[in-house]
Amino acid sequence: MIKLYDFELSVNCYKARLLMSLLDVAFELVPVDFYPGWEHKTEEFKRINPLGHIPVLDDDGFVLWDAHAILVYLATRYDTSRQWYPVDDPQLLGRTASWMLFAEGTTNTASAARLHVNLGYDFEIESVRAGAHRLFRYLDEHLWFTEREGRCWVCPGDHPTIADIALFPDVALAPEGGIDLLDYPALRRWCDRIKRLPRFVVMGGIFPASPGR
Amino acid sequence: MWSNSSTRPIVDSFERCTDPVALNQWHPLSAVAELRRGVTYQTLLLGEPLGYGIDDAGEPVVWPAKALHLPAGSPLPATPPAGLPTQVSYGYLWTTLGDPQPLFAIPEADEPDRRVLNAATIGIATSAPRAVENFLDMGHFPFVHAGVLGAEPHTEVVDYRVDVVDGEVWATGCRFPQPKAAPGSSASAMTDYTYRVPHPYCTILYKSCPFDESRRDVIGLFLQPMGEEAVRANMLLCVVDPISTDTEIRRFQLGIFSQDKPILENQVPRRLPLSPIAETPIRADKSAIAYRRWLSEMGLTYGVIPAADGAA
Repeated sequence: MIKLYDFELSVNCYKARLLMSLLDVAFELVPVDFYPGWEHKTEEFKRINPLGHIPVLDDDGFVLWDAHAILVYLATRYDTSRQWYPVDDPQLLGRTASWMLFAEGTTNTASAARLHVNLGYDFEIESVRAGAHRLFRYLDEHLWFTEREGRCWVCPGDHPTIADIALFPDVALAPEGGIDLLDYPALRRWCDRIKRLPRFVVMGGIFPASPGR
Repeated sequence: MWSNSSTRPIVDSFERCTDPVALNQWHPLSAVAELRRGVTYQTLLLGEPLGYGIDDAGEPVVWPAKALHLPAGSPLPATPPAGLPTQVSYGYLWTTLGDPQPLFAIPEADEPDRRVLNAATIGIATSAPRAVENFLDMGHFPFVHAGVLGAEPHTEVVDYRVDVVDGEVWATGCRFPQPKAAPGSSASAMTDYTYRVPHPYCTILYKSCPFDESRRDVIGLFLQPMGEEAVRANMLLCVVDPISTDTEIRRFQLGIFSQDKPILENQVPRRLPLSPIAETPIRADKSAIAYRRWLSEMGLTYGVIPAADGAA
Protein backbone atom coordinates (compact mmCIF):
# COMPACT_ATOMS: atom_id res chain seq x y z
CA MET A 1 0.00 0.00 0.00
CA ILE A 2 1.18 3.52 -0.80
CA LYS A 3 2.10 5.60 2.25
CA LEU A 4 2.00 9.39 2.16
CA TYR A 5 3.80 11.37 4.86
CA ASP A 6 1.29 14.12 5.17
CA PHE A 7 0.16 17.29 6.90
CA GLU A 8 -3.52 18.15 6.50
CA LEU A 9 -3.06 21.87 5.85
CA SER A 10 -0.19 21.58 3.38
CA VAL A 11 -1.08 22.45 -0.23
CA ASN A 12 1.73 20.24 -1.48
CA CYS A 13 0.49 17.21 0.48
CA TYR A 14 -3.02 17.91 -0.74
CA LYS A 15 -1.87 17.79 -4.37
CA ALA A 16 -0.77 14.18 -3.83
CA ARG A 17 -3.92 13.25 -1.89
CA LEU A 18 -6.13 14.81 -4.55
CA LEU A 19 -4.50 13.03 -7.47
CA MET A 20 -4.56 9.65 -5.70
CA SER A 21 -8.24 10.15 -5.01
CA LEU A 22 -8.98 11.17 -8.62
CA LEU A 23 -7.05 8.11 -9.85
CA ASP A 24 -8.86 5.94 -7.30
CA VAL A 25 -5.57 4.70 -5.88
CA ALA A 26 -5.64 3.34 -2.34
CA PHE A 27 -3.18 4.91 0.10
CA GLU A 28 -2.63 5.39 3.78
CA LEU A 29 -1.61 8.60 5.47
CA VAL A 30 1.25 8.94 7.91
CA PRO A 31 0.46 12.18 9.78
CA VAL A 32 3.48 14.42 10.29
CA ASP A 33 3.29 17.14 12.95
CA PHE A 34 4.56 19.79 10.53
CA TYR A 35 3.05 22.55 12.64
CA PRO A 36 3.41 23.30 15.52
CA GLY A 37 5.65 20.29 16.15
CA TRP A 38 8.16 20.88 13.25
CA GLU A 39 8.47 17.10 13.05
CA HIS A 40 9.76 17.30 9.45
CA LYS A 41 12.88 19.01 10.80
CA THR A 42 13.69 16.23 13.29
CA GLU A 43 16.61 13.87 12.75
CA GLU A 44 14.15 10.99 12.74
CA PHE A 45 12.17 12.44 9.86
CA LYS A 46 15.33 13.37 7.97
CA ARG A 47 16.08 9.67 7.76
CA ILE A 48 12.97 9.51 5.54
CA ASN A 49 13.66 12.74 3.62
CA PRO A 50 17.11 14.26 4.28
CA LEU A 51 15.83 17.60 2.95
CA GLY A 52 13.26 17.72 5.75
CA HIS A 53 10.11 18.52 3.84
CA ILE A 54 6.78 16.95 3.01
CA PRO A 55 5.06 15.31 1.25
CA VAL A 56 7.02 12.09 0.94
CA LEU A 57 5.56 9.14 -0.93
CA ASP A 58 6.54 5.57 -0.13
CA ASP A 59 5.23 3.14 -2.74
CA ASP A 60 6.24 -0.29 -1.58
CA GLY A 61 9.74 0.87 -0.69
CA PHE A 62 10.15 3.35 -3.54
CA VAL A 63 10.53 6.68 -1.73
CA LEU A 64 9.95 9.98 -3.52
CA TRP A 65 9.62 13.58 -2.33
CA ASP A 66 8.57 16.89 -3.91
CA ALA A 67 4.88 17.23 -4.66
CA HIS A 68 5.25 17.79 -8.39
CA ALA A 69 7.60 14.82 -8.77
CA ILE A 70 5.08 12.72 -6.86
CA LEU A 71 2.34 13.82 -9.28
CA VAL A 72 4.50 12.80 -12.27
CA TYR A 73 5.20 9.41 -10.72
CA LEU A 74 1.64 8.66 -9.65
CA ALA A 75 0.11 9.65 -12.98
CA THR A 76 2.66 7.70 -15.00
CA ARG A 77 2.41 4.64 -12.80
CA TYR A 78 -1.33 4.50 -12.03
CA ASP A 79 -3.24 6.38 -14.75
CA THR A 80 -3.96 3.65 -17.29
CA SER A 81 -5.64 6.21 -19.59
CA ARG A 82 -2.29 8.05 -19.87
CA GLN A 83 -4.10 11.38 -19.91
CA TRP A 84 -3.17 12.97 -16.58
CA TYR A 85 0.49 12.94 -17.64
CA PRO A 86 0.23 12.70 -21.43
CA VAL A 87 3.47 10.85 -22.21
CA ASP A 88 2.25 9.79 -25.67
CA ASP A 89 1.82 13.34 -26.94
CA PRO A 90 5.15 15.21 -26.94
CA GLN A 91 3.64 18.66 -27.40
CA LEU A 92 1.01 18.20 -24.75
CA LEU A 93 3.62 16.73 -22.43
CA GLY A 94 5.81 19.78 -23.02
CA ARG A 95 2.90 22.10 -22.18
CA THR A 96 2.23 20.09 -19.04
CA ALA A 97 5.86 20.41 -17.94
CA SER A 98 5.75 24.14 -18.64
CA TRP A 99 2.65 24.67 -16.51
CA MET A 100 4.12 22.50 -13.76
CA LEU A 101 7.02 24.95 -13.60
CA PHE A 102 4.53 27.82 -13.58
CA ALA A 103 2.94 26.12 -10.57
CA GLU A 104 6.28 26.30 -8.74
CA GLY A 105 5.83 30.04 -9.09
CA THR A 106 2.31 30.09 -7.67
CA THR A 107 3.46 27.90 -4.78
CA ASN A 108 6.34 30.27 -4.06
CA THR A 109 4.10 33.34 -4.12
CA ALA A 110 0.41 32.64 -3.39
CA SER A 111 1.05 29.73 -1.04
CA ALA A 112 3.96 31.58 0.57
CA ALA A 113 1.59 34.45 1.39
CA ARG A 114 -0.76 31.93 2.97
CA LEU A 115 2.07 30.56 5.13
CA HIS A 116 2.94 34.11 6.18
CA VAL A 117 -0.60 34.95 7.23
CA ASN A 118 -1.49 31.59 8.75
CA LEU A 119 1.71 30.50 10.40
CA GLY A 120 3.83 33.65 10.54
CA TYR A 121 6.46 32.54 8.01
CA ASP A 122 8.97 35.27 7.31
CA PHE A 123 8.25 36.36 3.73
CA GLU A 124 8.25 39.85 2.24
CA ILE A 125 4.48 39.77 2.15
CA GLU A 126 3.70 42.58 -0.28
CA SER A 127 6.26 41.22 -2.71
CA VAL A 128 4.90 37.64 -2.71
CA ARG A 129 1.35 38.94 -3.05
CA ALA A 130 2.35 41.10 -6.02
CA GLY A 131 4.09 38.09 -7.56
CA ALA A 132 0.96 35.96 -7.12
CA HIS A 133 -1.21 38.63 -8.77
CA ARG A 134 1.15 38.79 -11.77
CA LEU A 135 0.90 35.01 -12.25
CA PHE A 136 -2.85 34.90 -11.60
CA ARG A 137 -3.48 37.68 -14.12
CA TYR A 138 -1.64 35.67 -16.78
CA LEU A 139 -3.34 32.38 -15.83
CA ASP A 140 -6.77 34.02 -15.76
CA GLU A 141 -6.30 35.39 -19.27
CA HIS A 142 -5.01 32.04 -20.47
CA LEU A 143 -8.05 30.24 -19.05
CA TRP A 144 -10.40 32.85 -20.48
CA PHE A 145 -9.08 32.17 -24.00
CA THR A 146 -9.14 28.44 -23.22
CA GLU A 147 -12.84 28.69 -22.44
CA ARG A 148 -13.45 30.67 -25.66
CA GLU A 149 -11.97 27.74 -27.53
CA GLY A 150 -14.37 25.40 -25.78
CA ARG A 151 -11.79 23.77 -23.56
CA CYS A 152 -11.69 23.46 -19.78
CA TRP A 153 -8.15 22.80 -18.61
CA VAL A 154 -4.81 24.51 -18.36
CA CYS A 155 -3.18 22.39 -21.06
CA PRO A 156 -4.69 22.03 -24.54
CA GLY A 157 -6.58 18.78 -24.49
CA ASP A 158 -9.92 17.38 -23.45
CA HIS A 159 -8.70 15.95 -20.18
CA PRO A 160 -7.19 17.64 -17.11
CA THR A 161 -3.50 17.05 -16.44
CA ILE A 162 -1.36 17.05 -13.35
CA ALA A 163 -0.62 20.71 -14.14
CA ASP A 164 -4.22 21.48 -13.12
CA ILE A 165 -3.67 19.59 -9.86
CA ALA A 166 -0.36 21.35 -9.23
CA LEU A 167 -1.96 24.78 -9.65
CA PHE A 168 -5.36 24.23 -8.07
CA PRO A 169 -4.72 24.55 -4.30
CA ASP A 170 -2.36 27.50 -4.73
CA VAL A 171 -5.22 29.31 -6.42
CA ALA A 172 -8.11 28.00 -4.34
CA LEU A 173 -6.45 28.90 -1.02
CA ALA A 174 -4.96 32.22 -2.17
CA PRO A 175 -7.61 34.26 -0.30
CA GLU A 176 -6.16 32.88 2.95
CA GLY A 177 -2.97 34.74 2.04
CA GLY A 178 -4.85 37.97 1.41
CA ILE A 179 -4.95 37.47 -2.38
CA ASP A 180 -8.48 38.11 -3.52
CA LEU A 181 -9.81 36.09 -6.48
CA LEU A 182 -12.60 38.54 -7.26
CA ASP A 183 -10.73 39.93 -10.26
CA TYR A 184 -10.06 36.50 -11.77
CA PRO A 185 -13.42 35.10 -12.93
CA ALA A 186 -11.90 32.53 -15.30
CA LEU A 187 -9.72 31.23 -12.48
CA ARG A 188 -12.75 30.81 -10.25
CA ARG A 189 -14.70 28.97 -12.95
CA TRP A 190 -11.72 26.66 -13.52
CA CYS A 191 -11.60 25.95 -9.75
CA ASP A 192 -15.25 24.93 -9.87
CA ARG A 193 -14.60 22.62 -12.83
CA ILE A 194 -11.87 20.86 -10.86
CA LYS A 195 -14.16 20.57 -7.87
CA ARG A 196 -16.71 18.78 -10.07
CA LEU A 197 -14.34 16.05 -11.19
CA PRO A 198 -15.45 12.58 -10.05
CA ARG A 199 -13.79 11.57 -6.74
CA PHE A 200 -12.66 15.13 -6.01
CA VAL A 201 -11.75 15.54 -2.33
CA VAL A 202 -11.51 18.70 -0.25
CA MET A 203 -8.94 19.87 2.24
CA GLY A 204 -9.38 22.30 5.11
CA GLY A 205 -10.21 25.65 3.56
CA ILE A 206 -11.47 24.23 0.25
CA PHE A 207 -15.16 23.53 -0.01
CA PRO A 208 -16.94 21.39 -2.58
CA ALA A 209 -18.77 23.04 -5.46
CA SER A 210 -22.45 22.55 -6.08
CA PRO A 211 -23.09 20.04 -8.88
CA GLY A 212 -23.56 22.76 -11.51
CA ARG A 213 -25.41 22.34 -14.77
CA MET B 1 -21.44 28.56 -2.28
CA TRP B 2 -19.34 31.08 -0.47
CA SER B 3 -17.36 33.56 -2.46
CA ASN B 4 -14.54 35.72 -1.33
CA SER B 5 -15.96 39.07 -0.42
CA SER B 6 -13.15 40.54 1.64
CA THR B 7 -13.39 44.29 1.55
CA ARG B 8 -9.78 45.21 2.06
CA PRO B 9 -6.37 43.61 2.04
CA ILE B 10 -4.87 42.00 5.09
CA VAL B 11 -2.22 44.52 6.07
CA ASP B 12 0.67 44.20 8.41
CA SER B 13 0.27 47.39 10.38
CA PHE B 14 -2.73 48.71 12.20
CA GLU B 15 -3.85 51.75 14.10
CA ARG B 16 -3.10 51.56 17.79
CA CYS B 17 -5.95 50.72 20.12
CA THR B 18 -7.38 53.33 22.48
CA ASP B 19 -10.12 51.16 23.99
CA PRO B 20 -9.42 50.80 27.74
CA VAL B 21 -11.49 47.60 27.93
CA ALA B 22 -9.24 45.87 25.37
CA LEU B 23 -6.05 47.43 26.75
CA ASN B 24 -6.78 46.26 30.31
CA GLN B 25 -6.78 42.55 29.43
CA TRP B 26 -4.18 39.83 29.36
CA HIS B 27 -3.54 38.77 25.76
CA PRO B 28 -1.76 35.67 24.43
CA LEU B 29 1.25 36.10 22.14
CA SER B 30 2.55 32.60 21.48
CA ALA B 31 2.78 29.05 22.69
CA VAL B 32 5.90 28.84 24.84
CA ALA B 33 6.71 25.50 23.19
CA GLU B 34 7.14 27.31 19.86
CA LEU B 35 9.76 29.75 21.15
CA ARG B 36 13.49 29.14 21.01
CA ARG B 37 15.17 30.47 24.13
CA GLY B 38 17.19 33.65 23.89
CA VAL B 39 15.71 34.68 20.52
CA THR B 40 13.70 37.83 19.72
CA TYR B 41 10.28 37.42 18.08
CA GLN B 42 8.04 40.18 16.77
CA THR B 43 4.31 40.57 16.69
CA LEU B 44 1.48 43.08 16.94
CA LEU B 45 -0.92 43.43 19.83
CA LEU B 46 -3.82 45.87 19.50
CA GLY B 47 -1.88 47.60 16.74
CA GLU B 48 1.23 47.98 18.93
CA PRO B 49 4.41 46.35 17.57
CA LEU B 50 6.02 44.20 20.26
CA GLY B 51 9.24 42.28 20.70
CA TYR B 52 9.07 39.16 22.85
CA GLY B 53 10.78 35.92 23.73
CA ILE B 54 11.81 33.49 26.45
CA ASP B 55 15.24 34.12 27.96
CA ASP B 56 17.87 31.48 28.66
CA ALA B 57 16.52 31.04 32.19
CA GLY B 58 13.03 30.33 30.81
CA GLU B 59 11.58 33.71 31.82
CA PRO B 60 9.29 35.55 29.38
CA VAL B 61 10.24 39.03 28.16
CA VAL B 62 7.92 41.40 26.25
CA TRP B 63 8.52 45.02 25.30
CA PRO B 64 7.11 47.63 22.90
CA ALA B 65 9.16 47.84 19.72
CA LYS B 66 8.94 51.63 19.80
CA ALA B 67 11.18 51.50 22.91
CA LEU B 68 13.65 49.07 21.32
CA HIS B 69 13.36 47.79 17.78
CA LEU B 70 15.18 44.53 17.17
CA PRO B 71 14.80 42.40 14.04
CA ALA B 72 13.21 38.99 14.57
CA GLY B 73 15.90 36.44 15.30
CA SER B 74 18.17 38.87 17.19
CA PRO B 75 19.51 37.83 20.58
CA LEU B 76 16.87 38.53 23.23
CA PRO B 77 17.73 41.60 25.36
CA ALA B 78 18.11 40.81 29.08
CA THR B 79 16.21 43.84 30.36
CA PRO B 80 14.55 45.68 27.49
CA PRO B 81 13.35 49.24 28.11
CA ALA B 82 9.68 49.62 29.09
CA GLY B 83 9.29 45.87 29.66
CA LEU B 84 5.64 44.82 29.86
CA PRO B 85 3.99 42.53 32.44
CA THR B 86 4.07 38.85 31.43
CA GLN B 87 2.79 35.49 32.58
CA VAL B 88 2.94 31.96 31.26
CA SER B 89 -0.41 30.21 31.61
CA TYR B 90 -1.78 27.11 29.89
CA GLY B 91 1.39 26.84 27.84
CA TYR B 92 1.00 30.32 26.36
CA LEU B 93 2.89 33.56 26.93
CA TRP B 94 0.52 36.39 27.91
CA THR B 95 1.09 40.12 28.22
CA THR B 96 -0.88 43.31 28.65
CA LEU B 97 -0.73 46.95 27.57
CA GLY B 98 -2.86 48.07 30.52
CA ASP B 99 -3.83 47.19 34.05
CA PRO B 100 -5.70 43.87 33.93
CA GLN B 101 -7.56 41.70 36.40
CA PRO B 102 -6.03 38.24 37.00
CA LEU B 103 -6.38 35.86 34.05
CA PHE B 104 -9.33 33.45 34.18
CA ALA B 105 -8.72 30.04 35.76
CA ILE B 106 -8.92 26.66 34.00
CA PRO B 107 -8.58 24.23 36.94
CA GLU B 108 -8.62 21.19 34.63
CA ALA B 109 -5.23 22.23 33.23
CA ASP B 110 -3.66 21.17 36.55
CA GLU B 111 -5.07 17.62 36.50
CA PRO B 112 -2.07 15.32 36.18
CA ASP B 113 -3.49 12.87 33.62
CA ARG B 114 -4.62 15.56 31.17
CA ARG B 115 -2.81 16.11 27.89
CA VAL B 116 -2.21 19.86 27.78
CA LEU B 117 -1.19 20.78 24.25
CA ASN B 118 -0.80 23.89 22.17
CA ALA B 119 -2.70 22.80 19.07
CA ALA B 120 -1.86 25.74 16.85
CA THR B 121 -1.43 29.47 16.43
CA ILE B 122 -3.01 30.52 13.15
CA GLY B 123 -3.64 33.94 11.62
CA ILE B 124 -7.21 34.81 10.63
CA ALA B 125 -8.38 37.91 8.83
CA THR B 126 -11.26 38.76 11.13
CA SER B 127 -11.95 40.38 14.49
CA ALA B 128 -11.50 38.51 17.75
CA PRO B 129 -15.23 38.72 18.61
CA ARG B 130 -16.22 37.18 15.25
CA ALA B 131 -13.89 34.26 16.02
CA VAL B 132 -15.32 33.84 19.52
CA GLU B 133 -18.85 33.90 18.18
CA ASN B 134 -18.07 31.27 15.53
CA PHE B 135 -16.65 29.06 18.27
CA LEU B 136 -19.92 29.37 20.23
CA ASP B 137 -22.08 28.43 17.25
CA MET B 138 -23.38 24.87 16.90
CA GLY B 139 -25.62 25.60 13.92
CA HIS B 140 -22.75 25.38 11.43
CA PHE B 141 -21.50 21.94 12.53
CA PRO B 142 -23.34 19.77 9.95
CA PHE B 143 -22.46 22.11 7.09
CA VAL B 144 -18.93 23.35 7.73
CA HIS B 145 -17.70 20.27 9.64
CA ALA B 146 -19.75 17.69 7.76
CA GLY B 147 -18.98 14.13 8.80
CA VAL B 148 -16.99 15.25 11.85
CA LEU B 149 -18.85 17.59 14.21
CA GLY B 150 -22.22 17.11 12.53
CA ALA B 151 -24.03 15.61 9.58
CA GLU B 152 -27.11 16.41 7.58
CA PRO B 153 -30.05 15.94 8.11
CA HIS B 154 -29.39 16.31 11.87
CA THR B 155 -29.17 20.08 11.78
CA GLU B 156 -31.40 21.15 14.67
CA VAL B 157 -29.78 23.00 17.54
CA VAL B 158 -31.91 21.99 20.51
CA ASP B 159 -32.59 24.66 23.09
CA TYR B 160 -29.92 25.30 25.70
CA ARG B 161 -29.42 27.62 28.62
CA VAL B 162 -27.37 30.83 28.70
CA ASP B 163 -26.43 32.68 31.88
CA VAL B 164 -23.97 35.33 32.96
CA VAL B 165 -22.27 33.88 36.03
CA ASP B 166 -19.61 35.80 37.97
CA GLY B 167 -19.07 38.11 35.01
CA GLU B 168 -18.66 35.26 32.47
CA VAL B 169 -21.05 34.05 29.76
CA TRP B 170 -21.95 30.35 30.16
CA ALA B 171 -24.00 28.25 27.74
CA THR B 172 -25.03 24.94 29.28
CA GLY B 173 -27.11 21.94 28.31
CA CYS B 174 -25.92 22.06 24.70
CA ARG B 175 -26.19 18.76 22.85
CA PHE B 176 -25.32 17.83 19.30
CA PRO B 177 -25.12 14.47 17.49
CA GLN B 178 -21.57 14.14 16.19
CA PRO B 179 -20.11 11.56 13.78
CA LYS B 180 -16.59 12.06 15.16
CA ALA B 181 -16.49 14.30 18.23
CA ALA B 182 -12.79 13.76 19.01
CA PRO B 183 -9.74 12.06 17.47
CA GLY B 184 -10.33 9.09 19.80
CA SER B 185 -14.02 8.69 18.89
CA SER B 186 -14.88 5.26 17.58
CA ALA B 187 -18.53 5.94 16.76
CA SER B 188 -21.10 8.66 16.28
CA ALA B 189 -22.31 10.03 19.61
CA MET B 190 -24.64 12.58 21.17
CA THR B 191 -22.08 15.04 22.48
CA ASP B 192 -22.66 17.36 25.44
CA TYR B 193 -21.18 20.82 25.28
CA THR B 194 -20.71 23.64 27.76
CA TYR B 195 -19.36 26.94 26.50
CA ARG B 196 -17.74 29.59 28.63
CA VAL B 197 -16.64 33.13 27.72
CA PRO B 198 -14.50 34.51 30.55
CA HIS B 199 -12.68 37.19 28.50
CA PRO B 200 -13.88 39.31 25.56
CA TYR B 201 -11.39 37.57 23.23
CA CYS B 202 -11.10 34.11 24.85
CA THR B 203 -13.53 31.23 25.04
CA ILE B 204 -13.46 27.72 26.44
CA LEU B 205 -15.42 24.65 25.49
CA TYR B 206 -16.11 21.63 27.71
CA LYS B 207 -17.30 18.61 25.76
CA SER B 208 -18.00 14.92 26.39
CA CYS B 209 -14.83 12.90 26.64
CA PRO B 210 -14.96 9.66 24.62
CA PHE B 211 -12.58 7.96 27.08
CA ASP B 212 -14.20 8.88 30.41
CA GLU B 213 -17.91 9.54 30.79
CA SER B 214 -17.39 11.35 34.09
CA ARG B 215 -15.08 13.99 32.65
CA ARG B 216 -14.99 16.57 29.92
CA ASP B 217 -12.36 17.54 27.41
CA VAL B 218 -11.42 21.20 27.54
CA ILE B 219 -10.63 23.21 24.41
CA GLY B 220 -9.62 26.84 24.70
CA LEU B 221 -9.56 29.44 21.94
CA PHE B 222 -7.45 32.46 22.88
CA LEU B 223 -7.42 35.24 20.29
CA GLN B 224 -4.49 37.60 20.04
CA PRO B 225 -5.93 40.80 18.52
CA MET B 226 -3.14 42.00 16.22
CA GLY B 227 -5.51 44.60 14.85
CA GLU B 228 -9.25 45.14 14.88
CA GLU B 229 -9.70 42.84 11.88
CA ALA B 230 -6.67 40.55 12.14
CA VAL B 231 -6.08 38.02 14.86
CA ARG B 232 -3.93 35.07 15.67
CA ALA B 233 -5.98 32.21 17.07
CA ASN B 234 -4.23 30.18 19.76
CA MET B 235 -5.80 26.84 20.52
CA LEU B 236 -5.35 25.02 23.80
CA LEU B 237 -6.20 21.36 24.16
CA CYS B 238 -6.58 19.92 27.61
CA VAL B 239 -7.95 16.44 27.05
CA VAL B 240 -8.21 13.00 28.56
CA ASP B 241 -6.99 10.70 25.80
CA PRO B 242 -4.60 7.89 26.70
CA ILE B 243 -4.37 6.60 23.12
CA SER B 244 -4.00 9.26 20.41
CA THR B 245 -0.59 10.73 19.65
CA ASP B 246 0.00 14.47 19.96
CA THR B 247 0.18 14.55 16.16
CA GLU B 248 -3.23 12.91 15.81
CA ILE B 249 -4.85 15.20 18.38
CA ARG B 250 -3.43 18.32 16.73
CA ARG B 251 -4.27 17.12 13.24
CA PHE B 252 -7.91 16.64 14.22
CA GLN B 253 -8.19 20.16 15.64
CA LEU B 254 -6.27 21.77 12.79
CA GLY B 255 -8.56 20.07 10.32
CA ILE B 256 -11.63 21.52 12.02
CA PHE B 257 -10.01 24.89 12.38
CA SER B 258 -9.08 25.09 8.72
CA GLN B 259 -12.72 24.50 7.80
CA ASP B 260 -13.82 27.43 9.97
CA LYS B 261 -11.20 29.82 8.68
CA PRO B 262 -12.59 30.68 5.22
CA ILE B 263 -16.10 30.95 6.65
CA LEU B 264 -14.89 33.43 9.24
CA GLU B 265 -12.87 35.40 6.73
CA ASN B 266 -15.93 35.83 4.55
CA GLN B 267 -18.14 37.28 7.26
CA VAL B 268 -18.59 40.99 6.71
CA PRO B 269 -18.35 43.33 8.43
CA ARG B 270 -15.31 41.78 10.02
CA ARG B 271 -15.92 43.65 13.25
CA LEU B 272 -18.80 42.22 15.27
CA PRO B 273 -21.89 44.46 15.23
CA LEU B 274 -23.31 44.85 18.74
CA SER B 275 -26.60 46.49 17.83
CA PRO B 276 -29.33 43.89 18.38
CA ILE B 277 -30.89 44.80 15.03
CA ALA B 278 -27.68 44.74 12.97
CA GLU B 279 -27.89 41.01 12.18
CA THR B 280 -30.88 38.74 12.52
CA PRO B 281 -30.39 36.00 15.11
CA ILE B 282 -32.31 32.75 15.37
CA ARG B 283 -33.04 30.74 18.51
CA ALA B 284 -29.83 28.73 18.11
CA ASP B 285 -27.88 31.99 18.47
CA LYS B 286 -28.84 32.53 22.12
CA SER B 287 -25.23 32.33 23.26
CA ALA B 288 -24.13 34.81 20.58
CA ILE B 289 -26.88 37.23 21.62
CA ALA B 290 -25.74 37.00 25.24
CA TYR B 291 -22.11 37.42 24.20
CA ARG B 292 -22.88 40.56 22.17
CA ARG B 293 -24.93 42.04 25.01
CA TRP B 294 -22.14 41.22 27.48
CA LEU B 295 -19.59 42.97 25.26
CA SER B 296 -21.88 46.00 25.00
CA GLU B 297 -22.31 46.17 28.75
CA MET B 298 -18.56 46.06 29.37
CA GLY B 299 -18.19 48.92 26.87
CA LEU B 300 -15.82 47.14 24.47
CA THR B 301 -15.22 49.09 21.26
CA TYR B 302 -12.16 47.33 19.73
CA GLY B 303 -13.04 44.66 17.17
CA VAL B 304 -16.75 45.48 17.33
CA ILE B 305 -19.21 47.96 15.84
CA PRO B 306 -20.81 49.42 18.97
CA ALA B 307 -24.57 49.93 19.01
CA ALA B 308 -25.37 53.51 17.96
CA ASP B 309 -26.73 54.59 21.35
CA GLY B 310 -24.01 52.72 23.21
CA ALA B 311 -26.66 50.53 24.89
CA ALA B 312 -27.26 46.82 24.45
